[in-house]
Amino acid sequence: MLKQLEGSVAIAETVAYCRPEVVCAYPITPQTHIVEGVGALVKSGVLSNCEFINVESEFAALSVAIGASAAGARAYTATASQGLLFMAEAVYNAAGLGLPIVMTIGNRAIGAPINIWNDHSDSMALKDAGWIQLFAESNQEAVDLHIQAFRLAEELSCPVMVCVDGFILTHAYERIDVPTQEEVDAFLPPFEPVQVLDPTEPYSIGAMVGPEAFTEVRYLGHQKQLQALHLIPEIAKVFQDVFGRETGGLVHPYRTENAETMIVALGSINGTIKDVVDAMRESGTAIGSIGVCSFRPFPLEALAKALDGAKRVIVVEKSLAPGLGGMLTSDVRMSLLRQAIPVHTVIAGLGGRPVTGVSLTAAFELAVNDQLEDVHFLDLDHAAIEHEVERSRLTRKSGPTAENILRRLGSGV
Amino acid sequence: MTMTPPFAITLDPGTSLANETGSWRTERPVYLDRMPPCNNGCPAGENIQQWLYHAEAGDYFTAWQKLMEDNPLPGVMGRVCYHPCESVCNRAQLDEAVGIHAVERFLGRQAWEQKWTPEFTAEPSGKRVLVVGAGPSGLSAAYHLTRLGHAVTVREAGPMAGGMMRFGIPKYRLPRDVLDYEIQRILDMGVELQLNTTVDDIEAAFTQEGFNAVFVAVGAHLAKRINIPANAAGKILDAVSVLRDMETGAEPPQLGRRVIVYGGGNTAMDVARTTKRLGADDTMIVYRRSRNEMPAHDFEAREAEEEGVMIHWLRTIKYIDETTFTVEKMEIDEAGRPQPTGVVETIEADTLILALGQDVDTSFLENVAGVELAGDGVVSVNDQMMTGRDGLFAGGDMVPSERTVTVAVGHGKKAARHIDAWLRDTLFESAEKPELSKFTDLNTWYYDDAPRAIQPTLNLVRRQSGFDEILQGLTEDNALFEARRCLSCGNCFECDNCYGICPDNAVEKLGPGNRFAFKYDYCKGCGICATECPCGAIKMMAEEI
Amino acid sequence: MSDTSATQRVKFYQTGTHTVGNRLLDEADRTVQASMERANAITSGHRACQGCGEALGARYALDSAMRATEGKLVAVNATGCLEVFTTPYPETSWQIPWLHSLFGNAPAVAAGVAAAFRVKGREDVRVVAQGGDGGTADIGFGCLSGMFERNDDVLYICYDNEAYMNTGVQRSSATPPAARTATTPAVGDAPGNVFGTGKNLPLIAMAHNIPYVATASVANLHDLEAKVEKAMGMRGARYIHVMVPCPLGWGSASDATINLARMAVESGLFPLFEAEHGAVTKTNKIRHQIPVADYLRPQLRFAHLFKKDRENTESLQRIQRMADANIKRFDLLEDGGSAQ
Repeated sequence: MLKQLEGSVAIAETVAYCRPEVVCAYPITPQTHIVEGVGALVKSGVLSNCEFINVESEFAALSVAIGASAAGARAYTATASQGLLFMAEAVYNAAGLGLPIVMTIGNRAIGAPINIWNDHSDSMALKDAGWIQLFAESNQEAVDLHIQAFRLAEELSCPVMVCVDGFILTHAYERIDVPTQEEVDAFLPPFEPVQVLDPTEPYSIGAMVGPEAFTEVRYLGHQKQLQALHLIPEIAKVFQDVFGRETGGLVHPYRTENAETMIVALGSINGTIKDVVDAMRESGTAIGSIGVCSFRPFPLEALAKALDGAKRVIVVEKSLAPGLGGMLTSDVRMSLLRQAIPVHTVIAGLGGRPVTGVSLTAAFELAVNDQLEDVHFLDLDHAAIEHEVERSRLTRKSGPTAENILRRLGSGV
Repeated sequence: MTMTPPFAITLDPGTSLANETGSWRTERPVYLDRMPPCNNGCPAGENIQQWLYHAEAGDYFTAWQKLMEDNPLPGVMGRVCYHPCESVCNRAQLDEAVGIHAVERFLGRQAWEQKWTPEFTAEPSGKRVLVVGAGPSGLSAAYHLTRLGHAVTVREAGPMAGGMMRFGIPKYRLPRDVLDYEIQRILDMGVELQLNTTVDDIEAAFTQEGFNAVFVAVGAHLAKRINIPANAAGKILDAVSVLRDMETGAEPPQLGRRVIVYGGGNTAMDVARTTKRLGADDTMIVYRRSRNEMPAHDFEAREAEEEGVMIHWLRTIKYIDETTFTVEKMEIDEAGRPQPTGVVETIEADTLILALGQDVDTSFLENVAGVELAGDGVVSVNDQMMTGRDGLFAGGDMVPSERTVTVAVGHGKKAARHIDAWLRDTLFESAEKPELSKFTDLNTWYYDDAPRAIQPTLNLVRRQSGFDEILQGLTEDNALFEARRCLSCGNCFECDNCYGICPDNAVEKLGPGNRFAFKYDYCKGCGICATECPCGAIKMMAEEI
Repeated sequence: MSDTSATQRVKFYQTGTHTVGNRLLDEADRTVQASMERANAITSGHRACQGCGEALGARYALDSAMRATEGKLVAVNATGCLEVFTTPYPETSWQIPWLHSLFGNAPAVAAGVAAAFRVKGREDVRVVAQGGDGGTADIGFGCLSGMFERNDDVLYICYDNEAYMNTGVQRSSATPPAARTATTPAVGDAPGNVFGTGKNLPLIAMAHNIPYVATASVANLHDLEAKVEKAMGMRGARYIHVMVPCPLGWGSASDATINLARMAVESGLFPLFEAEHGAVTKTNKIRHQIPVADYLRPQLRFAHLFKKDRENTESLQRIQRMADANIKRFDLLEDGGSAQ
């Protein structure tokens, strides 16, 4: 049913239709509206048979979910940014224990400097914790991915993060087709755990494992992700059959036919990229884009196939690996091991900086002309950087960088 | 579809049993039974701890049967035994010794009230044994020989059975109905008693009467005499006669107002207290040593004093002139012997009663070849209580030993066992004694503070005027309480401590009455079980390499 | 029908009720540990050190909880000795459903388990969470406090051995003053742990106004079991703090574990009490009071207080004053009497 809603509210409603039995809530911008929404639905009775628990930290939030999941309950929570890092230990633990928890990440930058706005640093920090990470391109996809995530998690016994860009999606009001309870029920079977805390079958869960079996445990976690590479498209197909929408899957190619220049990106920025692609195609540039929906597992083959024949690849990233460049870029390069295609990185949108079509177009055109650096920082204020570097050079007690830049910007220089 | 839990991180319950941690151990705990001090100290060889164990559970019948395995006279013994068991009781170091005698007496009372009879199963052996003397030793031997299947005839020179229990111990310590009942119970088992029958010819008993063995236990009833210079002697009696006359129904002796008892043993105390009950105004004991050296038990002296008997310590009678007794003060030298000081004083008295000990009349054995006398006129026996004459055994006061009822009863049992073995042409060997249970072996934390139950006593006026029993029995509550004060030194009483406190779950409980077993596959040898065993029934032993 | 025979009336003075069992007691009055049918929540073959107090305390507590819940019990475990020595791959000593997640999150995980059973209508299945003093008082403290204030239906049991033993005896906020640990060495002018530091978790738990808080000792099994049973008869957040001596960390003989726990109580250093909704409801009286030095002397972690040439009387007096303060605060002596 089409509704004009805030992304968070739509996600909350959809999550409620997935019938989570235990939901843990701890406030952190920008995911707060999601758990507030679920809480309201529990309180109003729309979501019955659900324990909504206000915990004291994100660490506790995921820990409560771990306990609930191990006891056989469908468990859900949401977090962002610092919160994800605060629960980092539990993030690894949930995956290690094979507990099919679904967690929404309202993607946000990580401090210092503290910043509440969107980028992908948080999800990237935990990309290798053993969770499946799905990135939503739109609020519609965010809604749909949550439904698919529960099914995927439970079929594999593997936790899933649904990564939704903070503010850009979470706080955006738009027209969204929110599924009905009946539709979700038709798609998502009840949770049947592979292991459960049960007095009649008293397993010990979470035993210590030494060198003799640790590699095997880790390998099995890897294999689960490889299995997901098949399962994700399958589930997307079933989803399409039920809901009539093509969402999810591994990658979303856009106008890639005969494209010489290929853009790769995660999340909502794909919307802007598609606009740019359209415009550049119209002006005769052979350009296309690929939105990566499944970042973990990383679709090496699907991407290699989709990029085959391109002359150059530009990865637009909302995160930075300092001292290296782009994290997604590294993975994209991994998919191109057998294809000699140059891969550029465009770091964009850090800490919520708007990524405009104009700037992207400029960067892509540089690339088309083979003038783009390997790692390009979109809209970087070079003057500010130079000024700060100079200032630091002149005085040992140079003070805090962020404040100095803000002060300089504020003075209108 | 069966669910498969994740590899390695999820494990099946209890699988650590595959890990046998017993290999860590350097010391192993072992269960053992130590000798409880009470048992060790009992001259009658009673398994006191065992019968207390049953009494604790309120199973007085079994307790009594266990007691009867060693001692046929619980009612008597519970009153007259000087209970060396209590002197060595480990509980004395915690608060007060367990009142074993009182529980024993209680069990004797129960048996009387319930008309219990001892259970035994021996087949008749066809052997006949003659017992000479119906004192505690003879009666005990008769009883035990009967339990062992032999036919026993007891011949007693006197008119009543009981020996010194009747003729030496006053009624106020041992009521005669109790004694009569317990003797009759022995006779009811089939023991033939012939009273007023002296045995002069032991050989004839073997050869003419066909007894297969003879046990003599005629006691020591010849009062020792002493020569005291006298101008004109007043009335002089001996203690044994005075006490015997109290029983045989003769007229009470005319003692006069003032009586001196000469001696410091239990008989001296008994006769002194008897004279008070017979109406003497002043009864004085004269004894040449001090309280520390007297052979009488302290409580006897204390009770005598309570009843008004005056004890003159460190005095010897030097001279008698009618009613005037000249006594000399003594002092104890470094060797513990009394030495005269030359200082004299006088005491006025109407009667002197000598209580200086008794001798054995061994004249009837003079013609028995092989029988030898030890020093002091008692009969020599070997470690099987047999005299030099094959098949002739002896015990009680007539052999070298401490002269108490309990020792005599013990002799009767011991002799019976050896006679039985001799009759069966075997040798009786008693089991090897385990190590003694010391107070330091116990973990007394686990025992509650429980001072002993006090037996009620007769009031003093009635004690001074009559022969009613002084010490009263315990009620069932008190007897049970007293039995439960037993610490079970050195022997498992199934408190479950070892089973409960093992961090490795390495003690197996075998069920009521079956105690416990160590699971050495898992025992790491930490030693907590041994340290926390209340009664010291676990010992840590070094592992062999 | 009331049995008035002497066997029923007379108390069991042979052993009192201090031993694990007693053949003369009614079955129902014996401890769970005395039973041949006890759950043995932790079975043999675990890797705890010889004489481990925690192995003992955990079995005591969980077997008791198993009886109280008729076997419908799930245990959650913080990282620590108990977790490590019971579940080295490929073996586990647990015979009850058991979950280990992390060092600092056991209370939250347990809250999640309880929530799951509640939502599934299986509130008959009860949840116990457990951890050592480090996992409870330090790293897990936030989660514990959260579990308390939400009144989650979990019994949390802390096995307090007064330091981080699993990692090699480092100081925790439960380490007593003067104790030597790897991070509070017995050197310098103020050897061992610093006076005036540390936290009293039972009192902090009480401050949450939760239904039940108790302290217990492996040296007093009857009391420990009664407290666990009482706790399992209640709903909401409950906390039991059990002292479990550690031969390794305390430098004590392996057979002294129970005796040390007993002396901790008898000296007044570890008061046994119960509290409901923030108020103390019962304290266990000291049976035979001992000076703190008797308790401290057998432990190598306090050896520096008892040097041959110079006993550290000042420190001993300070510790004695701590015990005296406990005795006063919790009214630990019979009839308010003085030391024997």
